[in-house]
Amino acid sequence: MSERAAVGSVASEPVIEVDDLVVTFRGRRGGGTARALDGVNLAVGRGEIVALVGESGCGKTTLARSILGLERPASGEVRFQGEPLGYGGRALKAYRRRVQLVLQDPTGSLNPRQTVYEAVAEGPRVHRMADESGRVVKALSQAGIRPPERFFLRYPHELSGGQRQRVVIAGALALNPEVIVADEPVSSLDASVRGEILALLLQLREELELTLLVVTHDLGLAWNIADRLVVMYLGRVVEDGTTEQVLNNPQHPYTKALLSVVPEMEQVESIVLTGETPDCARIPTGCRFHPRCPAYASGEAEAAGIAADCRSRELPILGATGGHRAACWLVPAGDAPIPR
Amino acid sequence: MRRASTVTTPRKLSPYAIARTRRKKSLQRFAQAFFGQPAGVIGLVILSVFVLLAVSAPLLFDREMLDITKTLGNESLEPPNGDFWLGTDENGRSILAVLVWGARASLVVGLAASLISMVLGTLIGIGSGHYTGLAGSALQRLTDWFLVIPFIPLVVVLAAVLGQRGLGTIVLVLGVTSWPGTARLVRAQTLSVEGRPYLERAKVLGDSDWQQMTKHVLPNVMPLVIANTTLTVAIVILSETTLAFLGLGDPFLDSWGTMLDKATGAGAASTGAWWYLLPPGICVILVVLAFTLIGRTLEVVLNPRLGSE
Ligand SMILES: Nc1ncnc2c1ncn2[C@@H]1O[C@H](COP(=O)(O)OP(=O)(O)O)[C@@H](O)[C@H]1O
Ligand code: SF4
Ligand SMILES: [Mg+2]
Repeated sequence: MSERAAVGSVASEPVIEVDDLVVTFRGRRGGGTARALDGVNLAVGRGEIVALVGESGCGKTTLARSILGLERPASGEVRFQGEPLGYGGRALKAYRRRVQLVLQDPTGSLNPRQTVYEAVAEGPRVHRMADESGRVVKALSQAGIRPPERFFLRYPHELSGGQRQRVVIAGALALNPEVIVADEPVSSLDASVRGEILALLLQLREELELTLLVVTHDLGLAWNIADRLVVMYLGRVVEDGTTEQVLNNPQHPYTKALLSVVPEMEQVESIVLTGETPDCARIPTGCRFHPRCPAYASGEAEAAGIAADCRSRELPILGATGGHRAACWLVPAGDAPIPR
Repeated sequence: MRRASTVTTPRKLSPYAIARTRRKKSLQRFAQAFFGQPAGVIGLVILSVFVLLAVSAPLLFDREMLDITKTLGNESLEPPNGDFWLGTDENGRSILAVLVWGARASLVVGLAASLISMVLGTLIGIGSGHYTGLAGSALQRLTDWFLVIPFIPLVVVLAAVLGQRGLGTIVLVLGVTSWPGTARLVRAQTLSVEGRPYLERAKVLGDSDWQQMTKHVLPNVMPLVIANTTLTVAIVILSETTLAFLGLGDPFLDSWGTMLDKATGAGAASTGAWWYLLPPGICVILVVLAFTLIGRTLEVVLNPRLGSE
């Protein structure tokens, strides 16, 4: 863990940068605009594996899609190697050759009428890359589909869930990307194959020097592969630090609650979050977590004299870089983590 | 599961041989499903009879038998007898001969116009479902507009505008007016395909709009299009009859529609010449029924695959 943490402790050379990103959706049936992302800063360093965690609905998919240019930001920007994303057709196509996406549902991600070969060859073919079949063979074996030729003419419905996800990953690898954004890559798979797919991602990082942004709502899975954990709540990043820092010393009450319900964390008493699931069309004032915050509810915030701030004082948005940091009035600003 | 094992065993076969085997297998599965539906089989049998008649028309009856300058010697409106099994029309032509040649005309008009309708409906349907912006809503407006205009007046106006009435004009008029239903169905199916993650994946892999539509949307709406087009043929054949009956058909084209029109014109109904009116009427009904039965069966056999595969 420690050696891995060292790899990406700080985004020394950021490949992907997200700068104060705001993405809104028109509210459903007359409701106001929903701010799915409400000022997100994020930097992913080269060769780093960053896990993006948070409850469902907090904006993880929206952030992943925005990074791929599939969502246009209302404000803020996404940068790749320092260059702001261009949204023209040609610019996006060139960009997406280098930054690929793996979606949550491998079954839905594959066209039922395409064979494995066609599904993996799609990228190289569209980009007119040389040696299509060689690329397909290589990508499939890198993704752990061996021997590749044997799977060429299979259809998705003839594969297991894990194999399908490997095919989807192979489809991305066939383009030789530098970055892969994976949106809940294992959440729809059987528990038994989740580990295999995560191990595959880890192995690909080692072998291909890939940079990975892995979205998951499962902290227990995230810490197995990630160098850095980024915790999101209701469209904002609320805690960001190396896996070690966040696991050993979670600072935000929300992170603590998430960690407490991970089965592997035996020693902590589990904190069950109450209150209605957040709605990004109605973001609470002050700290957006206060209606559900255990520290606020238990009087800890009151004792620290910040309860009023929790209710009404807008928190500063966390920056993209820096040490272990959390957006909470209980946590002193800057790098200094509060000891427990 | 059983299918998976059949694929892995023939390892020595070339990929093409395997692909061929797969295609044969899936065709077999389709045939099995189709022939399991009695309605579809009945439709297919009826249609086969008519197609056979239409194809062999020149062998059965000399084309000259339709030429009124050659039939002046025959008695007009003669009831069925040994020489003319279905009697004669007002020009003394054998009704059976006209009927068999009429099958040709009606089927050709039906199929050709449905083909136009299929191409237009599929293009416009996929386009209006795929493009979310101005182009998409423009196409949708166009479809809605064609849908709400009453069919007959539209056909009448179009037929009048196009003037010169030949087989081509009729095919064009019917083809250009029957696509909106197909387009609406295709649009709905396109929207459902567009919502699937593999379209997003295609976009991220670099597919252009055209590639997304042809590689991913089209194959997935095709079964629906085929079933729907079969039903369109039935409607088009009926419409051709209507058109001819309204006197807007091609008077020199011996289709079932023109037969009905001429029969009425010759007072077949009032003089009790049932042998002139009934045969084309029954033929239209049978062919329309056949296409409807086949179309409905195709819908049943092809559509569940859209969901399950
Ligand atoms: N296309 C959309 N239209 C409207 N609202 C959306 C859309 N996509 C996401 N949202 C809203 O944005 C919020 C964040 O969603 P999402 O990014 O999918 O969260 P997560 O992936 O973390 O579960 C949710 O409240 C969701 O309802
Ligand atoms: S700022 Fe207050 S309400 Fe928000 S997380 Fe910290 S203690 Fe809880
Ligand atoms: Mg999601």
